[in-house]
Amino acid sequence: MSKKQKKVVEIRTSRHLKKAISVEQIMRNVVYALLPVCAWSVYQFGISALALILVTTLTCILTESLFCRLSGRPNSVGDYSVVITALLLALTLPPGFPLWMAVVAGFIAIGLGKSLFGGLGFNVMNPALVGRAFVQAAFPVAITTWTPGFVTGRFVEFIPSTLAIPFMSPANTDVWVRQHALDGFTGATPLALQKFEHVTVSTVDLLTGTVAGSVGETSALLIFVCGLYLAFRKMMDWRIPAAIFFGVAVISWPLYLMNSAIYPSPLFMLFSGGLMLGAMFMATDMVVSPMTTRGVLLYGLVIGVLTVLIRLFGGLTEGVMYAILVANALSPLIASVTQPRIYGEQKQEAES
Amino acid sequence: MSALPNQQETVTLDTFMRGLWEENPVFVMLLGLCPVLAVTNSTMNAIAMGLATLFVLVASSTLVSLLRKMIPKQVRIATYIIIIATFVTIVDYVIQAISLDLYNALGAFIQLIVVNCVILGRAEAYASKQKVGAAIVNAVGMGVGFTIALLCLGTVRELLGAGTILGFQIFSNNFEPWVVMILPPGGFFVLGAWLLLFEYLKQRKEQKLLAAEGATANGS
Amino acid sequence: MSSAEKVQAHLQPQTPSFAMLRTLGGVAMLSGLLVVLAFQFTKPIIEENKRIAIEKAVSHVIPGVVSKKDFLLSAEGLFPADGDKTAKGEKIYAAYGANGELKGIALEAAATGYQDVIRILYGYNQDCQCVTGIKILKMAETPGLGDKIAFDPDFLKNFEALDARLNGQKSGLENAIVTVKHGSKREQWQIDSISGATISSKAIGRMINESGQRMFPLIIKHLDALRIGQKG
Repeated sequence: MSKKQKKVVEIRTSRHLKKAISVEQIMRNVVYALLPVCAWSVYQFGISALALILVTTLTCILTESLFCRLSGRPNSVGDYSVVITALLLALTLPPGFPLWMAVVAGFIAIGLGKSLFGGLGFNVMNPALVGRAFVQAAFPVAITTWTPGFVTGRFVEFIPSTLAIPFMSPANTDVWVRQHALDGFTGATPLALQKFEHVTVSTVDLLTGTVAGSVGETSALLIFVCGLYLAFRKMMDWRIPAAIFFGVAVISWPLYLMNSAIYPSPLFMLFSGGLMLGAMFMATDMVVSPMTTRGVLLYGLVIGVLTVLIRLFGGLTEGVMYAILVANALSPLIASVTQPRIYGEQKQEAES
Repeated sequence: MSALPNQQETVTLDTFMRGLWEENPVFVMLLGLCPVLAVTNSTMNAIAMGLATLFVLVASSTLVSLLRKMIPKQVRIATYIIIIATFVTIVDYVIQAISLDLYNALGAFIQLIVVNCVILGRAEAYASKQKVGAAIVNAVGMGVGFTIALLCLGTVRELLGAGTILGFQIFSNNFEPWVVMILPPGGFFVLGAWLLLFEYLKQRKEQKLLAAEGATANGS
Repeated sequence: MSSAEKVQAHLQPQTPSFAMLRTLGGVAMLSGLLVVLAFQFTKPIIEENKRIAIEKAVSHVIPGVVSKKDFLLSAEGLFPADGDKTAKGEKIYAAYGANGELKGIALEAAATGYQDVIRILYGYNQDCQCVTGIKILKMAETPGLGDKIAFDPDFLKNFEALDARLNGQKSGLENAIVTVKHGSKREQWQIDSISGATISSKAIGRMINESGQRMFPLIIKHLDALRIGQKG
């Protein structure tokens, strides 16, 4: 929003509130909440993660500016929402993701996911996830190549695949991983280990984030705490993550009881992969989620249930991204079927 | 889209050019998108599909125009479909004779030219009302416009999806293919991008025209 | 058709049925004529194309082929493909070198891959009792991942001399042909899968194993007939 635009007469329904929370304020707080997660990921994966975060941020800001300029709208970079998209996008990519692919992801996230729909407030799906879904489909190998964290020398040396020349294949990280990895690093995420080899990683590791995975999804505990901050400041609807967790538990618990050798425990389901990040920061995107109480609960349940179904019975190891995208697409429908009755209005008789 | 004239049209350059730009079947009318999205994963497929459609379009338009006075209104659609299906079957055999690889790559989409609405649309809206000459010229224009559109998609998708154009390598061996471009979603993405570009250019042209008009109006 | 008739048909508000029948019938006859003509004209070319395609595929999977002969092979016996029409069996292609010596047998196999059925032609050498090459005839695997089974050099190396020895009773393979995880190939009868395309790789292993268990013992049984096939 430019300064000129802000000087409109504000008409508010709630006169007793001193000051309305502006979009910008909310978005800035979400960025604050994401910063610790970013910091942890940089500490864990080193400068490769830092470069990834910077590159997506820069790409997203430039893309937003470009599209605003092309369409003749005021530049909306200042409302911080584009930074959120960039940070979330970076956090969902693997640490050694080639930077040029990150540029593609950032461009698609803002361009296709947001600007083409008309900018903030008009997008149908979470832009960061649109960007990630695109690179997932475009570069299926690069986006499933995981490298270990806490490598010595991670603050001075890039992961070899990070600096791939644009349009060229990234360097093979196998050798590098073998040289640097702690014992037993297989390059598989906890979810992949569980799915293909039925090895369950301990919950403590999942909570602290000492496992393979995307840049910012490894430490479930940290993400949870950061999300709580937002919930306490009432800048995030806590019912959405709660409904997602409930949905996940409700479907994975019976499966676990039926056959605990194949199906993982609900706790594992909750803390592994991108579920925590998705539930706390992506599904709660205000633009794309419903607003009624029943709608929010339904929305969360859909995400939770779909995530578990994709993880356990689908071809992919991780399903949070697609689950959220599907729920985003469903959210107008959910909103329309869960409209609350207007006070005093008669229940409509079935006509016609 | 301009209303199609019901009276006989004299053949002009516009009869031909209309299909290329102003009424381009893909980029403007958004017709026949099924083959556009499905078989444009390589330049070769796009060219073959475009030429096959061009042939069917021209041949069926010619025949429909020739027979236009003999076809009773009630059975016209059935007649058009028989005519179109005939030429599609011929194309089907010819492509098999030219290259089996190409035939396998195009798959069922050759047969599906029958239901390509560009062709039926031309027969119904133009060829059945115009003299043979005009019908042929218009059909060639539309067919070439369709082929160009397929080519636009095919080149981009092959370039990004395989790093080649017509099988020739453009990037070095190390090129990382964008798998999604070869898959069906890539067709939607690229088509969307082309539409965006054309629409943007068109709007800019209109704005410039308006601005120029405004300037002259103010000046006078 | 006279022009008077045309004008009449055109002017009448109610088109008589015979006009519709006439037009539809006429167009259908014309259509039939055109299709038959096109069919007649292209038929020999298409068959030639198909023959060349198969020959190319056979020479791809069996090096050094000069000529080939088609047979039908089943538990009931071996029959020349162009002979007895009542004979039933799986089509196999016996490939011969310049001096008429048997170079190998090409067989077809199929199994369900990631998207659809994958059909391949593969070569079998009776002397080393091994698979000498594969060629994908038809597939719909994901481009960039699954379709690597057609051209990935490391994967195709698996089939240059894939061990397919028969067991003591000559009733099946000594070691079942299996696809193993990428990078864990230890034995000559194992196929190293492509990383990221495990399902497609496994389908190839499965189809060769299934076809080999059934066909290789029969081939060995009829080896003499196959050897003299070209001369006889």
